[in-house]
Amino acid sequence: MTRTPLRPLARILDARAKGENPDVIERENIRKRHEEMRDKFRRRSEGRLLVLGVFFFCVFALVGVRMGVLAMSEPGEPRTAASGTNIVAQRADIVDRQGRILATNLSTYSLYAQPPLMIDKRRSARELVAIFPDLDEQKLVKQFTGKRKFLWIKKKLSPEQMQQVHDIGDPGLLFGPREMRLYPNGKLAAHVLGGASFGREGVNSAEVIGVAGVEKTFDAYLRDPANGGRPLQLSLDLTVQAAVRRVLWGGMKLMNARGATAVLMDVKTGEIVALASLPDFDPNDRPRPLTKGEAADSPLFNRAVQGLYELGSTYKIFAAAQALDIGLMNPSTLVDTKGPLRWGKYKIRDFHNYGNQLTLTDVIVKSSNIGAARVALQIGAKRQQEFLKSLGLFDPTTLEMVEARGARPLLPPKWSEISTMTVSYGHGISASPVHLAAAYAAMVNGGTRVQPTLLKQAGPQNGERVISQKTSETIRNMLRQVVVRGTASFGEVEGYAVGGKTGTADKPKPTGGYYKDKVIATFASVFPANDPKYVLIVTLDEPVETSGPKPRRTAGWTAVPVAAEIIRRVAPLLDIRPQIEPLHPVGVTLTSN
Amino acid sequence: MRSFFFVLSALAVMGLAFWAYRESYETQQSLKAVSELQARIGKEREALSVLRAEWAYLNRPDRLRELADLNFDRLGLLPLDAGQFSRVDQVAFPAVTLPPITNPVDVVGNLETTQ
Repeated sequence: MTRTPLRPLARILDARAKGENPDVIERENIRKRHEEMRDKFRRRSEGRLLVLGVFFFCVFALVGVRMGVLAMSEPGEPRTAASGTNIVAQRADIVDRQGRILATNLSTYSLYAQPPLMIDKRRSARELVAIFPDLDEQKLVKQFTGKRKFLWIKKKLSPEQMQQVHDIGDPGLLFGPREMRLYPNGKLAAHVLGGASFGREGVNSAEVIGVAGVEKTFDAYLRDPANGGRPLQLSLDLTVQAAVRRVLWGGMKLMNARGATAVLMDVKTGEIVALASLPDFDPNDRPRPLTKGEAADSPLFNRAVQGLYELGSTYKIFAAAQALDIGLMNPSTLVDTKGPLRWGKYKIRDFHNYGNQLTLTDVIVKSSNIGAARVALQIGAKRQQEFLKSLGLFDPTTLEMVEARGARPLLPPKWSEISTMTVSYGHGISASPVHLAAAYAAMVNGGTRVQPTLLKQAGPQNGERVISQKTSETIRNMLRQVVVRGTASFGEVEGYAVGGKTGTADKPKPTGGYYKDKVIATFASVFPANDPKYVLIVTLDEPVETSGPKPRRTAGWTAVPVAAEIIRRVAPLLDIRPQIEPLHPVGVTLTSN
Repeated sequence: MRSFFFVLSALAVMGLAFWAYRESYETQQSLKAVSELQARIGKEREALSVLRAEWAYLNRPDRLRELADLNFDRLGLLPLDAGQFSRVDQVAFPAVTLPPITNPVDVVGNLETTQ
């Protein structure tokens, strides 16, 4: 660029000659130069802006196009990742404590129809009914010939049925892949597992959702892909559960009972090793809930968890334990059992007359209602309530089943003195057998609270202390005495030192009052009593034992033999070695004079 | 000199292009193989889960009990019983059977030490 001088000599001289101001020329030139410079800078900045604009446009266009592509394209699996995908099924398996399968998945097909694609609709309908007798031919023809473009025919097909439908050869009958839940053990542990059904359904897949039991409680966990198909391990033991269910079923039939339930629980860890409730159902083909009548009549009703029963004399041990623990009594304290005990308009009677006085141990051994009521009166209503609450008998259990949350024990509406007395022998208060199992576990495991659980635990729970170690030991001895010389003499199982407490409660009528000839018989047992490992609660609903001249309904004749047989079968399976019961060491009690 | 460099760089570009082309094709081949393998793994896994389900179904306690009942005369299986527990020291040792002596040892030897 040629630079023009600000004061060109020729023009200056010329201007001077004409008498003009030469500075005007200089200013004019400066102005021109500035204009030139301004134009130049503007061009440059405009160029830069353009470049920047183009750059931003390109980047935004790239991002936009990429987003569009991602949004429109089909999702694909990452193929270059080193490890393959671990997820096989959309729902994880459920296994027992030794890893044996309780619930798994199986791929199958569903059948749907697209009537516009069908050729011979009447023939297809006829042949479908021949394969699936539960379908209605008239209805199918109506659906096929109507306006519908799509309809489901069957949710699950067996391979044979699928082949038969294939052989119809209608292009409008189509199959969609499905994953179905399979419970290979059938009715075993049906109430614990619950069942599963389809949620939202599409042609290519369908959600499998849990509808009851642990399937529902752990629905989110089982479906969480982040778990990588890791199975849910329960505390149940398949073989023990099978043995318990079989013996209980036999016992229910022998004792002519309407229903039965058994809960086997580890006293230290709170693990439920077996939980059976009869009658039961097949979770592969879950029946519909009853629309009328009592819910308890349905096989879906879980007596062990949902059934709130007055558990009768099994509660007496709580009164005895509290009396021992607060130092009110010792096992040989004499309790007045002179009957009948009158309280206002109520009369409390014993099954037999046990004389005027019994020791506290004998109140439990002979199961004296009057004795228990007197002990409870000495303890007082407030302390009694606190104690029962600390055992978890006032709140729903924390068992991991949806049904457990609804099972809130029924308490007397107003805790009067008569309530204190009746509650001490288990009347006027209802709880589920699982509640009782947890409370008994706390009584015998050394005195710490146990929460029942269905998940396998790593170690003992070591909950809060409910009674002292020494009281727990005394209670174990009392429970053992009940079997050795008391109401549960049929409960003796050689080598396993069974201890326990019977309970027979009249069934309440729905209209109020109690039935005379319908009872709930319960046996709450622990074994081995000298070093308890498991509690077993057996409850029979309306049992009658008819081998004698008169029908017998007490728990000692009905629930106890069933429980003993369960223990006989199950204890070896639980790896408990039979042993000769150690005698109580002859202790020297230090006394001061 | 300059033309030599041109030729050399042109050759290098051609060589690199050939290499990149081959690599790209090899990658595509490997990806294909990987997806095939993964499909196969998926199928095998599915088959495995079916087999597991079948195993669980065949080993269900009801069926095992029925089989034990059916084959009772051959197997004589009964439920586990407390009487079947025992102690190790109650188990008799198997009688030791000595093998026949085929090569008697010469017990008569030279008692004197050789000097």
